[in-house]
Amino acid sequence: MNHLFDVVTVFGVVMIVWVLSSVRREHIRVEYSVSWLLAGAVLLVLARWRTLDDWIAAGLGVSDSFIALAMVAGAAFLVVLYRLSLRISGLKDSSITLAQQLAILEFRLEALNEKVQTPAAR
Amino acid sequence: MTPAVNQREKRLLILIPAFNEESAVGGVVGEVRSAVPGTPVLVVDDCSADATRSEARNAGAQVLALPHHLGLGGCVQAGYRLAYELGYDYVIRVDGDGQHDPRDIPTVLKALEHGNCEMVIGSRFVDGNGEHTSWLRAAGIVFFRAVLRPILGRPVRDPTSGFVGVNRTALELFSATFPLEYPEIEALVVLQRKRFRFVEVPCRFRPRRAGRSTITAVKSLYYIIHVLLGVFVNVLKFEGRRK
Repeated sequence: MNHLFDVVTVFGVVMIVWVLSSVRREHIRVEYSVSWLLAGAVLLVLARWRTLDDWIAAGLGVSDSFIALAMVAGAAFLVVLYRLSLRISGLKDSSITLAQQLAILEFRLEALNEKVQTPAAR
Repeated sequence: MTPAVNQREKRLLILIPAFNEESAVGGVVGEVRSAVPGTPVLVVDDCSADATRSEARNAGAQVLALPHHLGLGGCVQAGYRLAYELGYDYVIRVDGDGQHDPRDIPTVLKALEHGNCEMVIGSRFVDGNGEHTSWLRAAGIVFFRAVLRPILGRPVRDPTSGFVGVNRTALELFSATFPLEYPEIEALVVLQRKRFRFVEVPCRFRPRRAGRSTITAVKSLYYIIHVLLGVFVNVLKFEGRRK
């Protein structure tokens, strides 16, 4: 069982290093990295603080502290994914509105250009 | 062609959403111009990879060119937004694949003008002209008829029809709020939220001239779940009865 906690520790460290590296290379914006860094930190804390896992296991009514860790980590990742879905939905709405407005502006600009270039239309 | 139009021409706009319809869109525009001469025709090109845009222009349509692919709802809404900004009173949507017969446009317009309603649906099932409907689509129509009946409080025979006319009141609403994917069914519920009225008129439908439907057998399950969710969300947004 200890081996599983070590694996989770390594996973948490790799995740934090990977996210920080992505932020440094500007592949992820800082505001989007916070959720992932927090999730990685939660993993690390849960993997190394066994007493906390035992408390959570007792609170949740499960016998195995690793199952408690998995449940909390799963919940943390669900929160991260939900926050990202909110962001993506907002960005998609903005992107659609921008695309529509850009197309309409180009259409109207073209109409104005035609008006200016066609003497009969003056 | 100059997109700016005078007050008289502003009354009706024919809207044709198109995505990779180079082989059909020119013919559709030509048919529309024959059916309603002098009426402006706007093709909204949803960032096609083929020659849809130039074919539409060559056939005499104005083209609203989207900078990236938005899907059917975003494409139609862009056309509605432009029509609303330009002050059109009525917009009739005809699909760019040739399935709708433009000779029915006057029927839809007449119902819009005199039907005491905000939206008119050109229906393949009023007067029983549904022979060009695939079994999959027919099954979907039967299913969504049953779903929509209690929500709308009245039957709708062809809820998936894209042959739709709207007046300026509905145009204003759809410019602000329009379902982005598979919009036809959800649009009915959006109308219901505002207690707007719709009528169905008989229209001829034909097999598509080219290309394939966006709703394949594989996508049909996703379509049903997506539309059901959209309908449910719109029911939750119900804003009360119209005064």
